[in-house]
Order: sequence, then structure tokens, then C-alpha cells
Amino acid sequence: MSQLKKIIYNCRQATLLIEKKQMVKLSIHEKLELRIHLAGCSFCRLYNTQSRMINVMVQQLFQSSVNNEIHLDDDFKKELQERIDRELDKN
Amino acid sequence: MTLNPHQWVYTHADYLYAYAIRRINDDEKAKDLVQETFLAALERADKFEGRSSERTWLTAILKNKIVDVYRKKTALPMSDLINAEKEQHDFFDQNDGHWNKEYAPQPFGIESADPLHNKEFNEIFKRCMEKLPALWMSIFTMKHLDDESTEKICLDLKVTAANFWVIIHRAKLNLRACLQKNWI
Repeated sequence: MSQLKKIIYNCRQATLLIEKKQMVKLSIHEKLELRIHLAGCSFCRLYNTQSRMINVMVQQLFQSSVNNEIHLDDDFKKELQERIDRELDKN
Repeated sequence: MTLNPHQWVYTHADYLYAYAIRRINDDEKAKDLVQETFLAALERADKFEGRSSERTWLTAILKNKIVDVYRKKTALPMSDLINAEKEQHDFFDQNDGHWNKEYAPQPFGIESADPLHNKEFNEIFKRCMEKLPALWMSIFTMKHLDDESTEKICLDLKVTAANFWVIIHRAKLNLRACLQKNWI
């Protein structure tokens, strides 16, 4: 297989680059490789969209778990402060 | 800046608890970590130089403890990574790397909308997330909540750079495939 054909067929490599791109800067070679592949592969273009969407969704899930104002229960807090005070008294 | 441990729980406990639970999603463990953080902080109170706020200092201690938890959870044997390689042969043709028909991406039909507002999709998404390996969750959290560099993440979690990308790639392929299987 020619080098170009390898790039055009290799969705495994292209999806890896799509993941990489969302975290680090790709090298010029990698950028070019990905661009050539995506130009000819509608599956990976779709993967690209969905992969980004998934990242946004995961982040939103993380955020939403915090917005519901989480508090420790009072008993736990009371015991914890007492424990700290005891440690302080030791010194 | 000086430390005031008599007020620590009142001033910082809820904050630290929320910080921990966001990153490890385990109520009991998060409580343990808050407690451990205060006790560790007491032990090294003499090392506090007052260059940062009390809260920043306590948070840094907690953060190290969270990385320890990640590291323990994610100390996976090499066989796991070899399985990952094999697994990818399901997604892609072994010879040319092209998508296998069964796994080739199909439209979810909601790419343009805000998918989390779709209740049913949201539920499926959460269930698919639960199947992901702890290691991926750790990496994703460090990257996207704390904006750590990939080098630091690899170092903290004791993963090589090559394995790092294998893990990221595999987790996303699986998550996406899980959504496709259960949604379409």
C-alpha cells in the first residue's frame, strides 16, 4: 500500500489523532495526516463530531454534580473538629 | 497568613468535600480524604509559610491525596493493555485499520442539539460512563477539571506516554460505541 492509501484507509490511526488533538497540539505531520483522512472519510468526520460532543457532556456532568451544593453532615463535622482539637491539645 | 485549625472544619470542610467528590465520585472515600487532609495538615503545620491562603494550602494537600487514590485504582496489569489492543481489532480491520461495519459511526441524530437536555440520552450516557475504566476517569478529571499537562498526568499515574494514548483512545471508542448501541 502506498503511504497515502495507508492514511486514507486507516481509521484507527485517524480516531487516535482525533483524541490526541483534543488534548495536545498535533505535530505538523499528524495534522496533515488527519486532514487528508477526514477529507475522504465521512465516518471519521462523524466520529470527530461525536467525540467532541462526548467531551462536552462529560464536563457538564462533572459540573452538575457540584452545582447541587454538597455539604457534609453536621455530626461528621462536629466529630472531625473535635478530633482536630484533640490533636492540637497533644502538642 | 497564619493557620487557624480550630476553625478548619467550619471554614473549609464543605469546600474540600465538594472538591474531592467532584474528582472521585465516592462519598465515603471523599469524607475520609477530607479527614486525612486535616490531620496531615496538622502534622506539617510548621511547614506552612503563609505564602498561599490556608484554603489553597489545604487544597494542595487534598489534591495529592486524590492522585494517590487514582494511582491505586489505576495500577492495572499490563495484560489489561494487551486486551485493549485486541479489543481494537473489533473496531477496526486488522489489516488496513478501516472501521469494521458493525462499529462504524452512525449519526445519533442529536449532534447539533444540547444532548444533555435529552433525558433519555442523558440516562444512557451516564450508564455508559459507569462502564469506563477508573484510569480513564482519572485522566479525564485531571485534564479537564485541573487542566494538568499530559506529562504531569503520566508522571502522577505512572503511565507511559504511549499507553496514555492507547487508554484514551480505547475509552472513547468504547463510550461512543456504547452510546450508539443503546441509543440508535
